[in-house]
Amino acid sequence: MAERDTIAQRLAAAAYVADRDLATALWLMDLLGRPLLLEGAAGVGKTAVAGALARVHDARLIRLQCYEGLDQNAALYEWNYQRQILALKAREAAGGDPDAIETAIFSEAYLLERPLLAAIRDPGPVVLLIDEVDRADEEFEAFLLELLAEFQVTIPELGTITARAVPRVVLTSNGTRELSDALRRRCLYHYVDFPDIDREAAILKTRLPGIDAALALQVARFVAEIRKEDLRKVPGVAETLDFAAALLGVGITEIRQDAGALHDLLSTLLKTREDHAGIDAAVVDRLAHKVA
Amino acid sequence: MAAAGELLRRRMAGFAAALREHGFAVGLRESADALAVIAAAGLRGRLVLRAGLRALFASRQADWRLFDDLFDAYWLGRHLRAGVRITPPLPQRQGSRSFAAAEAGEDGGDGPILRSERRPDDGTGEGDDAAPGRHERGGAAASERLGRTDFRHVADPAEQERLAALVARLAARMRARLTRRQEIARGGPRIDLRRTLHRSVGRGGVPVDLVRRRRRPKPLKLVVLLDASGSMGPYTAVFVRFIHGVLSGFRQAAAFLFHTRLADITEALQDREPQRALDRLSLIAEGVGGGTRIGDCLATFNRWHAARALNSRSAVIIVSDGYDTGEAPRLGREMAALRRRCRRIAWLNPMMGWRDYAPVAAGMRAALPHLDLFAPAHDLESLEALEPYLARL
Repeated sequence: MAERDTIAQRLAAAAYVADRDLATALWLMDLLGRPLLLEGAAGVGKTAVAGALARVHDARLIRLQCYEGLDQNAALYEWNYQRQILALKAREAAGGDPDAIETAIFSEAYLLERPLLAAIRDPGPVVLLIDEVDRADEEFEAFLLELLAEFQVTIPELGTITARAVPRVVLTSNGTRELSDALRRRCLYHYVDFPDIDREAAILKTRLPGIDAALALQVARFVAEIRKEDLRKVPGVAETLDFAAALLGVGITEIRQDAGALHDLLSTLLKTREDHAGIDAAVVDRLAHKVA
Repeated sequence: MAAAGELLRRRMAGFAAALREHGFAVGLRESADALAVIAAAGLRGRLVLRAGLRALFASRQADWRLFDDLFDAYWLGRHLRAGVRITPPLPQRQGSRSFAAAEAGEDGGDGPILRSERRPDDGTGEGDDAAPGRHERGGAAASERLGRTDFRHVADPAEQERLAALVARLAARMRARLTRRQEIARGGPRIDLRRTLHRSVGRGGVPVDLVRRRRRPKPLKLVVLLDASGSMGPYTAVFVRFIHGVLSGFRQAAAFLFHTRLADITEALQDREPQRALDRLSLIAEGVGGGTRIGDCLATFNRWHAARALNSRSAVIIVSDGYDTGEAPRLGREMAALRRRCRRIAWLNPMMGWRDYAPVAAGMRAALPHLDLFAPAHDLESLEALEPYLARL
């Protein structure tokens, strides 16, 4: 598939090392005009997909971070009440016409654009990233569905605003809550897994230009081994990058070089007390010899 | 050419039907889009086509894993691995079977005689006093009598039917009360300046209506782990029904079944029809008889499900008799890990209702220090007694 391979190449140019399935999913997004839902463990690079996609299409990236209690005011638009009141007071004192005042304070100048409205109103290409959609409430999910179906918003005082170019939408979910079937059905789905060793090494080389190819491979193998251990929090790609950067920082060029230092640097990979206790210096040494 | 297109369309519809049969949410729109994908991929590469259709049809991780097998089976005629098929409902009713087994088992001589008639009064019992003389069915007396009957001793199908109805009603009541408590726990001391200004625009800038900010009550999450091992047999069906009733209205709830393995039954229990939910479960519940590995199952839960299923306002209810064929220290360790992740752990043990029961099983003893509540759950009254506890979570 020409288009698909082009996307993979352009993703690589945008410093994102994608597997072939992801490239297929991104190509389908354009073909079918559907949003893409990315699921996967924390730190496997879900959010990074949106950033890379924006660079590929030379589009503006607009991000909506979801959280519990996120509502329409924070996601879509809001009036700038403080300014409206100031304007009211000022014009009252000047003795303006009430109708004119009303028209004036409900005009564009007093509208606060939030991410969703920004994505709809932007005339250029846009990648809209709705991050951690599972953290938002179910009511918000329903509202989002409506918006994703129509890409238009009605503001009572201003009228209906329709998207000029339909934004590319990427949703990510960590699975803290089960998403509704309706939302899942509207989206293409891609499960982002931990990268295999070659891909992780490629990611390391892309993101840390200073790293030696052999060390990148060793680090990727080492992290792959660590992920096989019984951990409470499995390290993601972000952690691998930190770990490799730390290795470079202390000047390690060969993973067996200094087992003590390697163990000290594990705080970049292991983020709970139990995991630290489980992977002691002996285990680190064993793993380091296994991968080198 | 047109004929080929028609053929493809028909094959595609068949594939969509096969996916639907395996629990994929596939609508007409997906089928139409699939044809567009096929047209664009031009049938050039199987891998491209498979990846494309997977992105389109799969909508959760389980689908994602299953899809390749289904795709190969349908389009390439490769056989599915045994055990991949999930759905076929069993005609036999799990409930009846379990009760019948109980009847034949241990307390063989008892028959349908009700436990409350033999038990000395323990304080509250008008039901007790009324029960022995009466044998008519229905009405309040019958339900009171049933209230103290150990689930093991309910054998008559009509009685079972009524028991099921009672359990469902109790579960519904519990659910309703819990929800109401969440809603009226409102009111806050702080003024939301932004919203107050918003309101004041309509009053010419005078803040007549104050908007107050309240703490958003975090919804309660409920996670139930149900022991479905052989020793729990007589009780499993009743608890499945009970859990079904409680969960069907809870917005954030999860249920797991365990014997030697752990199985997520949340989705099956979301079926509105209790009997259908039971049927879907009966397949999962198979494999009974190899003992119970509570420690291992808890470990699986902690490792794979806890992060998603639990938060600081979660209550975990474990329903089990505590007979663990695994090592007790492991169970203790996993209980401690679970303890750190949730707010409350309640352990319901049907055997506590037996007269001379003491928690002597090694597994049960290892788990005890980590529990907030260790309570009997062998009859309706004991279930009812749990309600106030759950409401306080």
